Amino acid sequence: MNDIVRAAVAAFVLLNAVILVVTYLTWVERKFAARLQSRIGPYRVGRPHGWLQPIADALKLMIKEDVVPSVADRPIYNLAPIVFLLPAFLIFATIPFAPGLGLADLNIGLLYFLAVSSLEIVGLFMGGWGSNNKYALLSAMRGVNQIISYEVPFILAALVPVLLAGSLRLSAIVEAQAGLWFIAYPVIGQLAFVAFTVATLASENRIPFDIVEAESELVAGFRVEYSGMKFALIQLAEYTHLFGVSCLGAILFLGGWLGPVLPGPVWFLLKAVLMFLLVIWVRWSFVRIRVDQILGISWKVLLPFTLILLMATGLWVALRGGGGVA
Amino acid sequence: MEQVTFFVTALIAVASAIGLVVRRNPLHGALFLVVNLFCVAVLYLLLRAEFLAAAQVIIYAGAIMVLFLFAIMILIPGRAETGRDPFRRQRLAALPLGAAFLLLVGVLMWGGPPPGGAPPPPGGAAAVGRLLFTDYLLPFEITAVLLLAALVGALVLARRRA
Repeated sequence: MNDIVRAAVAAFVLLNAVILVVTYLTWVERKFAARLQSRIGPYRVGRPHGWLQPIADALKLMIKEDVVPSVADRPIYNLAPIVFLLPAFLIFATIPFAPGLGLADLNIGLLYFLAVSSLEIVGLFMGGWGSNNKYALLSAMRGVNQIISYEVPFILAALVPVLLAGSLRLSAIVEAQAGLWFIAYPVIGQLAFVAFTVATLASENRIPFDIVEAESELVAGFRVEYSGMKFALIQLAEYTHLFGVSCLGAILFLGGWLGPVLPGPVWFLLKAVLMFLLVIWVRWSFVRIRVDQILGISWKVLLPFTLILLMATGLWVALRGGGGVA
Repeated sequence: MEQVTFFVTALIAVASAIGLVVRRNPLHGALFLVVNLFCVAVLYLLLRAEFLAAAQVIIYAGAIMVLFLFAIMILIPGRAETGRDPFRRQRLAALPLGAAFLLLVGVLMWGGPPPGGAPPPPGGAAAVGRLLFTDYLLPFEITAVLLLAALVGALVLARRRA
């Protein structure tokens, strides 16, 4: 019984920490984007530098009226934000923030991550269909198409560090980088990191792959009919998922909690935020590409590329005689 | 703890299976199927088949269900299916077949639990991988060829239409 209580408390603390970090990441994104465009960004609410802005946004969204379209498929429409949010939170269950600091260090950690994060697609789909709006439906179709296309190269790119470390356990992957972070691995590391980042951009529906949202064509995509708290939940889910994948990138390529001087969790957070900022940076620097181009890049370029990369990694590990069996 | 988890999961699994059969809206049915497949993955996890559970979620609840949803969305633009069920006749067969299945389960249960040998080995990724590349190498490779054939077949079909 004690274990259950302890697990529940740990999960509660972790969830709230994640929500806090993610809420402030929206502020970081706005400030960062503003700097990229020679603007100031949020400034008025809270001094210095509008640090109360995320809180104000959250309060505003909570107070807003919740509008449900009369033609919506009500149960699906109402459940969609929750189904969208759940996997985004669940992926944090297996992430090791420091040695021994994490909810569950599963020995299939990476597989668990991939499995749970792929469920996000169901929520997206429910939102698009349940709204009974043609823009939402088009957006959901595009989103599903894109996410399943990019899941394959995403998994293949994530398997490169697994091969190098010889384990699916996320903490073991971090420990294997004690000598050299995987991103610094000659050739293989950098190529895999690039592939991973591109696949992340696409599976998170970020510019230049944001045909799901595509304001100029689809208004706001699958969330066009959502308002108030449900809209807030969807936004929260998107950012949480992005932060989760950033954490995964930090673990797989940037050596997780490893680093000199500063304590482990701080290094981990720094690296995860760095991954997050990388995605944001690309988002504010490039233009959107077409649907067919996006799918073409996935199947014709990224998939063969990651497959060859994976084979090269396997060859390298076999020749080196390392990559112990975990 | 494990028993509580098992019963709750089993209850949800059965309820969602019933929902899948009863709902007339094909999309609701498909979503019930997602819940059902997810519950089955949890049951695998209870049996310590971790790799199988993860694969179940990635492949069935993730990829295959998305394909279902996609097909439903493209092929059936209307909302709930209306009119006569084209498979009405099959309902007659459902009752005797269901009864036969229940009978089978009953007989198996009557015989008591199956003779328990050694507890099953943990089904982690390493164990599954080792088995796949030693004892089950031939079936594994045949499956690969089969999948390749399906892939080529799909391409040929798509090309003819274009």
